[in-house]
Amino acid sequence: MTWTSPLTLFQRGWTRHRDQDRPIRKVVSNLPFEDLRKREQPNRQYEGNAIKTNKYRLWSFLPMNLFEQFHRLANIYFVGLAILNFIPVVNAFQPEVALIPICIILALTAVKDGWEDFRRYQTDQQLNNMPCFIFRRRLMCFVERRWKDVRVGDFVKVLSNEIIPADILLLHTSDPNGVCHMETANLDGETNLKQRKVVPGFSTLGEPFQPQTFDSTVVCENPNNNLNLFKGFIERPDKRRSGFGIDSLLLRGCTVRNTDDAAGIVVYAGHETKSMLNNNGPRYKRSKIERKMNTDVLFCVLLLFFMCLIGALGHAIWLETFSTMPSYIVPDSNGNYISSALAGFYMFFTMIILLQVMIPVSLYVSIELVKMGQIFFITQDAELYDQELDSRVQCRALNITEDLGQIQYVFSDKTGTLTENKMVFKRCTIMGTEYCHEENAARLAVINGGGNEEEEVTIYQKTKLPPLFPLEELQDDHTGHKNHANTQVAAASRRRSKVAAGAQSDMAFSSPLETVVVPDRKLMLEVDHQMASIQTGPYLDFFLALAICNTVVVSTLTAQRQRVKGRRNSSYSGSSSHNMGQWFKISSLQKFFSSMRFKRNRETMADPFAIDEDEPDTFHISSVSDSRPGQKVISSEGKDKRSLSRSEEVCYEAHSPDEAALIHAAKAYGFTMVERTPRYVTVKLPNETLLKFEVLDVLTFDSTRRRMSIIVRHPHTNEIIMYTKGADSAVMEKLGNVFSVESAAKRIAVRTQKDLDMYARDGLRTLCFAKKVISEQEFKAWFTSRQEALSAIDEKEERLMETANDIENNLTLLGATGIEDRLQENVPETIQALRRAGMQVWVLTGDKPETAVNIAYSCKLLDHEDLVFTFTTNKKSVCKMRLEDTLSEVRRTWGGLGLDPQFRGYNSTFTGPLMEPSIGLVIDGPTLNMALSEDLVEQFVELCKHCRAVLCCRVTPLQKSSVVKVIRQKLRVMTLAVGDGANDVNMIQAADVGIGVSGQEGMQAVMASDFAITRFKHLQRLLLVHGHWCYSRLANMVIYFFYKNVAYVNLLFWYQFFCGFSGTAMIDYWLMIFFNLFFTSAPPIMFGIMDKEVSDSTLLSLPELYRRGQHSEGYRRSTFWIAILDAFYQSLVCFFIPYWTYNDSDIGIFSFGTPMNTVSLFTIILHLAIEIKSWTVVHWVIMVGSVLVYFILTLAYSAICISCNPPSDPYWIMHKQMADPMFYLVCVLTTVVALLPRYTLRVLKGTLAPSLHLRARQLERLPSSCREQQIREWRGFRDTCISASLSSTACPSA
Amino acid sequence: MKNEGETAQRPDNTAFTQQRLPAWQPILSAGIVIPGFLVIGLAFIGIGVGLFLTSQTIQVLEMDYTGVATDSSCFRCSMTSSQNCTCEITFSLDKLFTGPVFFYYGLSNYYQNFRKYGVSLDYYQLSGDTQYFTSPQSVCSPYSYDNQNRPIVPCGAIANSMFNDTFELYQIINGTKNLVPLDGKGIAWWTDYNIKYRNPSFVNGSLANAFAGTVKPINWPKPAYDLDSTDPNNNGFLNQDFLVWMRRAALPQFRKLYRRITEGNYAAGLPAGNYSMTVHYNYPVLTFDGRKKVVFSNVSWMGGRNDFLGIAYLVVGSLCVVMSIIMLIVYAKFKFSDDDA
Repeated sequence: MTWTSPLTLFQRGWTRHRDQDRPIRKVVSNLPFEDLRKREQPNRQYEGNAIKTNKYRLWSFLPMNLFEQFHRLANIYFVGLAILNFIPVVNAFQPEVALIPICIILALTAVKDGWEDFRRYQTDQQLNNMPCFIFRRRLMCFVERRWKDVRVGDFVKVLSNEIIPADILLLHTSDPNGVCHMETANLDGETNLKQRKVVPGFSTLGEPFQPQTFDSTVVCENPNNNLNLFKGFIERPDKRRSGFGIDSLLLRGCTVRNTDDAAGIVVYAGHETKSMLNNNGPRYKRSKIERKMNTDVLFCVLLLFFMCLIGALGHAIWLETFSTMPSYIVPDSNGNYISSALAGFYMFFTMIILLQVMIPVSLYVSIELVKMGQIFFITQDAELYDQELDSRVQCRALNITEDLGQIQYVFSDKTGTLTENKMVFKRCTIMGTEYCHEENAARLAVINGGGNEEEEVTIYQKTKLPPLFPLEELQDDHTGHKNHANTQVAAASRRRSKVAAGAQSDMAFSSPLETVVVPDRKLMLEVDHQMASIQTGPYLDFFLALAICNTVVVSTLTAQRQRVKGRRNSSYSGSSSHNMGQWFKISSLQKFFSSMRFKRNRETMADPFAIDEDEPDTFHISSVSDSRPGQKVISSEGKDKRSLSRSEEVCYEAHSPDEAALIHAAKAYGFTMVERTPRYVTVKLPNETLLKFEVLDVLTFDSTRRRMSIIVRHPHTNEIIMYTKGADSAVMEKLGNVFSVESAAKRIAVRTQKDLDMYARDGLRTLCFAKKVISEQEFKAWFTSRQEALSAIDEKEERLMETANDIENNLTLLGATGIEDRLQENVPETIQALRRAGMQVWVLTGDKPETAVNIAYSCKLLDHEDLVFTFTTNKKSVCKMRLEDTLSEVRRTWGGLGLDPQFRGYNSTFTGPLMEPSIGLVIDGPTLNMALSEDLVEQFVELCKHCRAVLCCRVTPLQKSSVVKVIRQKLRVMTLAVGDGANDVNMIQAADVGIGVSGQEGMQAVMASDFAITRFKHLQRLLLVHGHWCYSRLANMVIYFFYKNVAYVNLLFWYQFFCGFSGTAMIDYWLMIFFNLFFTSAPPIMFGIMDKEVSDSTLLSLPELYRRGQHSEGYRRSTFWIAILDAFYQSLVCFFIPYWTYNDSDIGIFSFGTPMNTVSLFTIILHLAIEIKSWTVVHWVIMVGSVLVYFILTLAYSAICISCNPPSDPYWIMHKQMADPMFYLVCVLTTVVALLPRYTLRVLKGTLAPSLHLRARQLERLPSSCREQQIREWRGFRDTCISASLSSTACPSA
Repeated sequence: MKNEGETAQRPDNTAFTQQRLPAWQPILSAGIVIPGFLVIGLAFIGIGVGLFLTSQTIQVLEMDYTGVATDSSCFRCSMTSSQNCTCEITFSLDKLFTGPVFFYYGLSNYYQNFRKYGVSLDYYQLSGDTQYFTSPQSVCSPYSYDNQNRPIVPCGAIANSMFNDTFELYQIINGTKNLVPLDGKGIAWWTDYNIKYRNPSFVNGSLANAFAGTVKPINWPKPAYDLDSTDPNNNGFLNQDFLVWMRRAALPQFRKLYRRITEGNYAAGLPAGNYSMTVHYNYPVLTFDGRKKVVFSNVSWMGGRNDFLGIAYLVVGSLCVVMSIIMLIVYAKFKFSDDDA
């Protein structure tokens, strides 16, 4: 929505130009220059913080808005017509009256634009006048100013829960560790807190911030819109440099949390801030129908041209027939007659004015209205509403609803889209020993088991009944009693992340499902053993790595509280405090519950868990009974309870669900991370001792290295230890000692690899953990190079990566984990339905092939009978060979069947199941790169066309988008991409329709998407029902609109043959305007929004119906021409029946036009009535209403208007006509004759060759039991004629 | 309050928002439409028969008096450009022409619907606004001022081209001509006469003075205030013939009501016998290949005689019946094949 006036654009271009001369921005403190005039300010060339997103000012509104509006072709067309009307020789109507349509359209648009702009202005003002604290030298303190007063180089202080006014380089915080938490929900919708650090070397701990002493120069990059990248350094007067990155930048629009105050120097302000640069308007996509429609509009232009040409020639020839001019041909004001050729030339333009409606300009307005209505209904669909998240489907792109009905290829992300992205710790392997966590699996099985919702309710009710938690009571006593009433909700929600019940994944990834891990007995023993004896060992290391090698932020419950409260008044809100309260109750209860069990477990170690692994039911009982001894523990050991509740206060905020799962797994074994600051990580060991590690460095995760490391100093041994976590291959290749012949390390590695392979086969996500002890010297040497890299401004990333690689070697393998990512509900069904609807489903994932293939089988993307080709190679020649081989093999198969693969699916609807081998293709990232290269891409695409399913593994976000682009461009198909994470953004944007799943990984995908859903299964309804409806509705509406305009305007054209092609209209111009504005505009719009050919349940049970949209059958060129031909026929009827009736009578021009206008209205309305497939109350009201409005308005107009619109003089004409029985006779006959052919054809077609849709409609009429049988039969055989079985007596009428 | 908050986004579960409104879903197929077609067909045939019969009862007598043929009595008048030429047309009726008889004049190839012709009038003049008498609107051009730059009232091409043939009808009884009284009142629209058109208010008690300073349209023999010397109320813009003329015809072949025969012995119609009509032939049409005619017609509820509509109804009605038979065949076949399968 950002719009800038040309002037500011120019200014900005100018500054940018100057900036480009210097690719960096230098900012110095404004304080020494505080009293100087503006032109002497050092930072004067940078923009101020005031923003202006409104386009217009009061005085410039009219001219600028008009200027804007005249950029639209339609408006130019209108204005051209109006101007033509002012030229006396060519005008067709009264010039003033001809201005009406354009004025109405311009005025409406101007009001809309003006209102929007005013709203923008108000928001800007509101933002610009927000208070903030700026340091003033004269007063030596921070004084309250407004946002707009902030300039680059100022020092600004932001208090907790305040919004950051500009991009500020963090120099000081109240936090002793020099960190500041920031919530970026306003920016990207992610609600987890992000940690920001003070620029190294500027954290003056404990001291008050003294900006006046700041004498360094900040050097950073020029403004850009990358929210995740920022680099620069601070140069002190003594040339010392300290580098900083994005983690020192506070972004405009974000909110400071958990930090009392933070201060820093403004580096970007106003429009140059990252948030403003990111603030692009909504994307404008043009739908397929609209593209097609535009060419048809061109056909209309052509038609108009020919009609005008006929008019012009006709007029010239007609004039030529007179030897002397008769009295009815009026000479010009001098009494001379112009030559026939010139008169014909003028007539051409008159005809354009007369027949202007031929170009359906109102169609564009109507389409917008229709799409608004369609979007309304999509978002209103209760089936697409997610109760747990309290969110509906969102339509973010407003003009591609009907594209949903034409999708041919679906590209899906795996994690978070097909799966829950709720990572559950499943198993682990440590030092080559596998621990399968049977108990945990049993617990998960219970939760997974469908239909035991009620049982769960009882558990939770029971566990909740005793007042377990004094703390809870204290905090939530107002919601506490509510809980009983809401247990049902709570239990249902517990399955899905209750966490996310707020706005978006509020306290990310800590639903009970993930948090509760039942420890493996054997492993527990091992850990205890090591704990007790040596205080060190691989098991401890493994769990320490789990606990600290991550980026999880610990936030205390009090902090959470604060956030919840703050949230309520932030504009973003939308979350419900009640939800949150309830969440606290449940989640802490859960945690308590689990830890209690754990405690008990530890106490009674010898006595195994009273859990029957085989029967989940007994698990329930045991878990219920479990709580009782637990309670006893609490009541008896009050001290322990307190310490317990204290430690239980921690809340983890993880960036990825994997990390959350791991840290909770560590917690289950007693390794609880209790605090994380940039410099320290504190872990509580199972024996309740706290270990405070000094963090020396963190090598963050990136997609190239695919691992992360943390370097810490052990508090006891003082050793420098690096823990590394990463994808198995990324860690395995960095192991030391593996290649020595028969070392223990190698044995472990081999066994771990074996376990890893097993995990992958089971569809688990695997992560390896490794450790390395670094000597002091080695670390020192490395650290210096690391610091250099950090402060580098050129190629910083590369250098950082290099240093990371330098240290991450010679690792010692600790173990690996297998995390399960469960499939979302109904994923296989959805995929199958999409398939049956003729869509090809591709899955693109970053996971390893084994995991991906496994998931693919479990979600029915691949079938075990499928022929699966796997492409994994590093050599291009091999890739090429494989491609060619496969392709020829596939071609042979298809050749044998003699079918065009494009239409095989379509044909199979009727011709029955083909004995076709389904082909699946699995391809990995590197191979995909080769396959997409110039010379192989054709073959690859050809192969893909034959494949039922394609699975791309280990692909990067960029590859995802390039796959989508290639398929979209090469095959010219409609593509849809669905994903949930930031890595899917490219793909979502590349596809014709991008769907974002608002899931666990923030909101980037949703922000980039056209539609946002909450579950993958919603895709089925969104496409098969809403997509299909929207497509059919819009296609029919557009066709009808073309028909309507042509049918009406042709009346005028035929009349030209009887008025010497002089451009006379026999219908009053006002009535013509009314006709399009009031009488015939509402029905097609209603038709486009509400018509329903087949009900949603039928559409869902017969996905085959979707194919009509895929093959664009609703709106083809032929459909268009048939509509135009019909329009010509109908207009001929509507003209000539009245003509023959009234010829050689004493009828006046407008008396003659009245029945035509009426007949035309009836024809047009009833034509629509034939097309309408289902008549609801709304249909009746609008259709009947339109006719009534016609009569009422026309009667009123011709009663009031004695001479409003000379020369038409509508006075009393309508009344006279309506008093004449002939009028009705003409109307009835004409309407019937006009509609007879279409009606008859419809009937014959419905009988002789009923379409798939018609059969579906017939199915709907059957009683439900019979209908199901029919649908089953249809699905089962598909070859036998449905119509045959339809009326067969086989089906007993229930 | 809290419960609400939990599901603030939940869509309303109404039939409308969920698109579950009860709906009538007609399915077009042969079986269903057979009765429809049949009923429509039969109804149309009925209407067609009624219309056709009514139309047949209407008597129409048309006589072209353009005088193209050399043996025509008006041939002489059509050749000379002289005004005040009269010619006589005789005709005989062999049975009573039932009344009330409408007497029309008809023109063909006359484009009153020519666009520029149609706009060439000044409504303000015609509604009696004397301001526009002195300065007519430009749309009247070139018929707004005469060559001495005096304003023309009523201005414009329509008024200027007013039809000015006049007719007298005689019944010849035993060689003597009996004038058939023609009723010139109420031939124009009531609204035109009473509401739309207004004469200027009298000046010094006379209409003529109101027209002072203006001239008559070029083609007119007499000024507007003097159109009907017999009836002072039929003058100015409220002259019935003028009003009829000003209501432009829709098509190039048209007739306009001239008089009605409603009075005296002829109230019941024109009795059988010989008639003679004197035509004051003024209006030139041959230059543009036009034709002039007089039409006597009586009217029914459906207006003048019109066979077309009746025939059209009959044809369409039969078509519908045929269609229903076809549908029946289709339906039977379809049914048959159905049972087969």
